[in-house]
Amino acid sequence: MNLTLKIWRQKNASDKGKLVDYLINDVSPDMSFLEMLDVLNDKLITDGDEPVAFDHDCREGICGMCSLYINGEAHGPDRGVTTCQLHMRKFTDGDTIYIEPFRAKAFPVIKDLVVDRSAFDRIQHAGGFISVNTSGNTQDANSIPISKHAADEAMDAATCIGCGACVASCKNSSAMLFVGAKVSQYALLPQGQVEAADRVLNMVKQMDEEGFGNCTNTGACEIECPKGISLENIARMNTEYLKASLKG
Amino acid sequence: MALDSKTPEGPLAEKWTNHKNKIDLVNPANKRHIDVIVVGTGLAGGSAAATLAELGYNVKAFCFQDSPRRAHSIAAQGGINAAKNYQGDGDSTYRLFYDTVKGGDYRSREENVYRLAEVSANIIDQCVAQGVPFARDYGGLLDNRSFGGVLVSRTFYAKGQTGQQLLLGAYSAMNRQIGRGKIKMYNRHEMLDVVIVNGKARGIITRNLVNGKIERHSAHAVVLGTGGYGNVFFLSTNAMGSNVTAAWKAHKRGAFFANPCYTQIHPTCIPVSGDHQSKLTLMSESLRNDGRIWVPKKKEDVMAIREGKLKPTDLAEEDRDYYLERRYPAFGNLVPRDVASRAAKERCDAGFGVNATGEAVYLDFAAAIERYGKEQAHIKGLDEDDADLVKKLGKDVVKAKYGNLFQMYEKIVDQNPYETPMMIYPAVHYTMGGIWVDYNLMTTVPGLYCIGEANFSDHGANRLGASALMQGLADGYFVLPYTIGDYLSDDIRTGPISTDSPEFEAAEKNVTEIINKLVNNKGSHTVDYFHKKLGKIMWNKCGMSRNETDLKSAISEIAELRKAFWEDVKVPGTADEFNEELAKAMRVADFLELGELFAKDALHREESAGGHFREEHQTEEGEAKRRKEFQFVSAWEYKGEPKDAELHKEDLVYENIKVKERSYK
Repeated sequence: MNLTLKIWRQKNASDKGKLVDYLINDVSPDMSFLEMLDVLNDKLITDGDEPVAFDHDCREGICGMCSLYINGEAHGPDRGVTTCQLHMRKFTDGDTIYIEPFRAKAFPVIKDLVVDRSAFDRIQHAGGFISVNTSGNTQDANSIPISKHAADEAMDAATCIGCGACVASCKNSSAMLFVGAKVSQYALLPQGQVEAADRVLNMVKQMDEEGFGNCTNTGACEIECPKGISLENIARMNTEYLKASLKG
Repeated sequence: MALDSKTPEGPLAEKWTNHKNKIDLVNPANKRHIDVIVVGTGLAGGSAAATLAELGYNVKAFCFQDSPRRAHSIAAQGGINAAKNYQGDGDSTYRLFYDTVKGGDYRSREENVYRLAEVSANIIDQCVAQGVPFARDYGGLLDNRSFGGVLVSRTFYAKGQTGQQLLLGAYSAMNRQIGRGKIKMYNRHEMLDVVIVNGKARGIITRNLVNGKIERHSAHAVVLGTGGYGNVFFLSTNAMGSNVTAAWKAHKRGAFFANPCYTQIHPTCIPVSGDHQSKLTLMSESLRNDGRIWVPKKKEDVMAIREGKLKPTDLAEEDRDYYLERRYPAFGNLVPRDVASRAAKERCDAGFGVNATGEAVYLDFAAAIERYGKEQAHIKGLDEDDADLVKKLGKDVVKAKYGNLFQMYEKIVDQNPYETPMMIYPAVHYTMGGIWVDYNLMTTVPGLYCIGEANFSDHGANRLGASALMQGLADGYFVLPYTIGDYLSDDIRTGPISTDSPEFEAAEKNVTEIINKLVNNKGSHTVDYFHKKLGKIMWNKCGMSRNETDLKSAISEIAELRKAFWEDVKVPGTADEFNEELAKAMRVADFLELGELFAKDALHREESAGGHFREEHQTEEGEAKRRKEFQFVSAWEYKGEPKDAELHKEDLVYENIKVKERSYK
């Protein structure tokens, strides 16, 4: 199929940036979206133009490196997938596709479609861990039984890949789904209880300092999340936050 | 230079404990004055960085991705082995050791493998303490599954995302230390050289991938946890950025490269769909617990299926060839990866491949869906003879076990694997070869360490499923942090290492010259053009089966391609900006050297062992035939060009395990 691409081009962080049109022909429906961009870049380089910069790595939907705001949706029109798993069969011949970076104040553009998501890392530095040193003497893994239900729920929260689609989809650029998922994973497990109060307070504080907005319960994040992280995680974080605040 | 593996004395089971008791330690006050560089933040590098920082060293960690959490360990699906014997099915440290040495076709170092088995149980304890949400049963205890090449259930897992959860565990341990300032994290940085001062590794040269700035970083020791080199094949299950550059630069600075030809071709990957393809996707080996692998028995059925006239689900049971069950009744669908891959290739080469290109076999879940469905119907007191009900109940069970993998398959192939069998074909997945290290995980360069997939030590000629995660975390959490102290104890009075030395100057100049050459080359072909060509040579001539003629021609073709690359590669943009093509070009330049050494090693190894199959050396039944005279590690020393590399041998001695024919029949 033949497509028109409108791609955000921005030389560097200080450049203003603009949408540029590209025509691409003979796109196979079996290609992934990023493979389609590979083909475009190959052509651009051969023609002496600069290729489009975009983030990507594992190309199997788990590393969280790929992003892209495609036709106004994080990771494009398909559900439950990242951009690298989006296939061109989701589009039709003659389509015009808008390709933009994930936009948020806390995610400044580095170049073209590449953004800086290190704010997510800094939130994790503030409390996204259980304080246990490495040693050969931690207790046996089976010494604390954990109910299957709690383990499964913790696993569902831990499935977050840290891609930032929740922030990009939110009208407030809120990171509550991302932070809520991490807070929930540990809140659901006995190992995480000791530091639960400090964790939620510190992570939320860092989240605010990074310039992410608040949650107004729109739920766009949950719909666009490639890993189906549930809004319940935000509710659980709010509960944890309230508990921690009341304890003082 | 003679290779000294520095394996400790004493009985096998006591070696590691004795070694730890005897090696030198660094006192906590002195650790504060010692810097360690860790390159790579996957399971090996990430766990090492966190543990070294917990011990009190000043750690500088580097990754080329935008966050340490992106390292490709994250993509490991199936699980992690540990000799916990929670299932009471006869597992033990010795049995894990035995399975791993046998699985590696008797080409790994006994002492290292035993230590790996010994610390495996600690890994699970550590990860649970960190909050890794492993799968549990209804009693709240940890669940296990079985993997290829073994007869026990010792694999711990977190859905089909075990690597992700273990990496996020290591990442959380790193985050705690980054927050405390004990790890200084450098994201989007690529290591481009090791700096050797007075014979010791004292730092690295990096390029900041955002602004192109070349930086010097010094330390008292350097640790590489930079993963494997499967991307030398262009198409592999590795991430797009996975590369050999750090390891190769270390090799050029004196680290011997061991067994480069030992590559794991994983049997269950999604087949190639066209020339546009950029990578291959793995379907976890855990699927072979429940999936049955087959092709049609008759050629006419094969043709009908390829032409779309016959559906695989309509083919009668007696017309299907479950070739793994037929050839290997004891292990069936759970034979090790090298055996399963070759068997698939054998059937496809014989003309029984089931897709348009003839390079696919079926992985079928219909039997498992029925079995689980009947079990559920029985438990729930429902009608076990109601086929539709049984199917529905069975699908729910399969979905709970492998749901994310089935979804991934459906997204890529556009077929529903609950209704029709998956199509799979082998693909390059893991490299057992890597930088040679001694028992302390130190390379032949003093102060330069190598851990995880990047080294060669534990998997011999073939790796068993769920053992890569085990090795990465064993090295990073439980081995390196001890053994590095023995070396660093000599450095407590050294003081900070200056980057203002002729050695740093020279290394930086070397890097800058390569970069300038590439951006000013203005050739006519893209980096990918050369990378794809290299991949084709590697796959066709150094792939699942190899012979002397092909290997010789691969060596000369790669050398020619490398020459063409330097003359004609086109790298757009400049050196001082975000420039992915430049980063790619530097990686491909190194793959073009490694590829030749790979072929040279494969040519030299005139035997078949594990993933290395030489057509000249096979049994009458087509199985790999090892040769006693090749019971050694090939460690190559860099001498200017890959073709001039000099071979050093480390003999492999088996005192605690009897070397015998590796049979899974």
